[in-house]
Amino acid sequence: MKALARLWRRLPGTAKAGVIMLGVFVLIAIIGPEVTPYDPGVTTPLQAASPSSAHLLGTTQTGQDVLSQFLIGVRLTLELAFWVGVIATALSVIVGVTAAFLGGIWDEFLSLVSNVFLVIPALPLLIVLLGFLNGTSAGQGQLPVILVLSLLGWPWGARVVRAQALSIRSRDFIAAARETGERGWRIIFFDIIPNIISLIAASFVNTVLYAVGASVALAFIGLTDPNSWSLGTMLYWAQLGNALQIGAWWWYVPPGLAVALLGTALVLLNTGIDELTNPRLRDARSATKIAGRRVWPTDPTPVLGALNGRGGLAGLARPFGRKSLIDEAALARIPGGNAEKAGEL
Amino acid sequence: MQFILRRLAFYLVAAWVAITANFFIPRAMPGDAVDAILAKFPNLLPPARKALEATLGTGDQGSVWSQYVSYLNHVFHLDFGASLSNYPTPVTTIVANGVYWTLGLVGVATVIAFTLGTGLGILAGWRAGGRLDRALPAMMFLQATPYFFLALLLIQVFGITLGYFPVAGAYDGINYTPGWSWAYFTNVLDHAFLPALTIVVTSVAGWMLQMRNVMVTTVGEDYVVAAQAKGLPDRRVIFTYAARNALLPQLQKFGLALGFVVSGALVMEIVFSYPGIGYLLLNAAASKDTPLMQAIFLLITIAVLAANLLVDLVIVLFDPRVRTREAT
Repeated sequence: MKALARLWRRLPGTAKAGVIMLGVFVLIAIIGPEVTPYDPGVTTPLQAASPSSAHLLGTTQTGQDVLSQFLIGVRLTLELAFWVGVIATALSVIVGVTAAFLGGIWDEFLSLVSNVFLVIPALPLLIVLLGFLNGTSAGQGQLPVILVLSLLGWPWGARVVRAQALSIRSRDFIAAARETGERGWRIIFFDIIPNIISLIAASFVNTVLYAVGASVALAFIGLTDPNSWSLGTMLYWAQLGNALQIGAWWWYVPPGLAVALLGTALVLLNTGIDELTNPRLRDARSATKIAGRRVWPTDPTPVLGALNGRGGLAGLARPFGRKSLIDEAALARIPGGNAEKAGEL
Repeated sequence: MQFILRRLAFYLVAAWVAITANFFIPRAMPGDAVDAILAKFPNLLPPARKALEATLGTGDQGSVWSQYVSYLNHVFHLDFGASLSNYPTPVTTIVANGVYWTLGLVGVATVIAFTLGTGLGILAGWRAGGRLDRALPAMMFLQATPYFFLALLLIQVFGITLGYFPVAGAYDGINYTPGWSWAYFTNVLDHAFLPALTIVVTSVAGWMLQMRNVMVTTVGEDYVVAAQAKGLPDRRVIFTYAARNALLPQLQKFGLALGFVVSGALVMEIVFSYPGIGYLLLNAAASKDTPLMQAIFLLITIAVLAANLLVDLVIVLFDPRVRTREAT
């Protein structure tokens, strides 16, 4: 708990926003299906009605309650993305770590396989696969989509994990563990994997993002089971029911916006993880603007230099926080400068 | 040279995997596909049944190996048979009709998005934490927006409510005939505007974000600091020192994107009923037009591989490190 709190404090603001947004979606996904006011599939005579107190998000062209569909849709979409994330990330860790750990011909082979998978275009292959599956008994529900997306979603993660695991494998503590006779699986699970956990987290978030985008797109074009109410399926029916032409914005805006916000939350979260692990990206946030120049904490120690032509100070920096190290009253007395400009510093 | 040969070998392997997958996927699928497909297309002639059985590997076709060999033979001669949904037009004719719409629309849009995004990324990365940089979360929202959703909104606002732009097709087939006339040309542009806008708006943020991140890292390098210390003008430091090096990973991604130009923004083409490759593929998948589906998938894969090879060549030109690594 304490470690979590510390991690939270270290997260940049944008990433915090991402975590909060994601939390809201997870909450909707958990309690949403319990509180749906209507059965999402039941048709009523109330067709394409705009939002009202009885139907908070209006109804579809066949009189189904949009809010109920939406609540279930968030659940199904998140559920699918989560499982794709888990399966694909597990695959990429297994392949990546195995390749790095075994080395030699195995490494060559596994790298080749993941590079080939990486370069073969995924979306067209998904469409071809689901085109065959759709309409058959094997194409029911979410499972086929989860499996197909996982099968194609692991190579990028595997490549990143392999690169990192390779560099860790050559460190001294791994060599020491080998010398003391640790078994291979113990080295993998207790020495290598804990050291790439942030990488695995980033790859998980990335995969979830890919799964949301791909599954919604595939459902939208009608290649998944049209009777399971995911957000993409809602958009599919909205497009089919001419929601645009009849001006039923309450039908297609909620699912579309939800997907966009969910995606934004994941991207924000991912940049947060990036910044935690890459100090240069992190420091970019704390750059200070001095006399028209940005100065980073990683820059050489700043010196109080001569005044430049514009009356500002060149090569003067205050990189470690907001508090000024310089006596501002003294600055104001420097010829050519003035109090206003010093205040800008 | 050795680097290029290695890459070439890799792409050949990748192409072989794609071609082979194309062969086995229909065979691995459940159910009796031939009858199901024939039931869908009453206008098929008897030869179609034989062709279909050969494609799907049912009926009496000899061993899998001999099927595979004859399949490879067909692929090398670009013989994909006749389309089922437009029987008996050959698949290659249909694909050829679709490909230049996609290349024109998505190609131009991708180049615009890449140039714009990279430029913005350079600026945002140079002034990290600056005004442009702080706009990034908004850009991320645009990037995360499913592009077909944005397309729907654009259609609603500019197409239907305001009526500024046509919302479907590549040109007005009733009032215009394809040819080298100005009126036809502007009509095509009119139809391409909203789809292109959709692609640019949703993909520019991705380019910008990556460029910005690499740029931030590059700006911290010693040689950039040294260039600044020498008193070089900012513009020269930005473009000749920092951006030039930060561009390499960006180029690699551009190769992938160029390859995907052929697959089109698949879903976007459906929303706008734009008669490109993506639209064809989706229709083929929806109607289970197997020969068409297979041909398009192969075409897309080969395009992606070719684009990647091209980028590898460019990188050898731009990045001396790749060349020296070969020498050692």
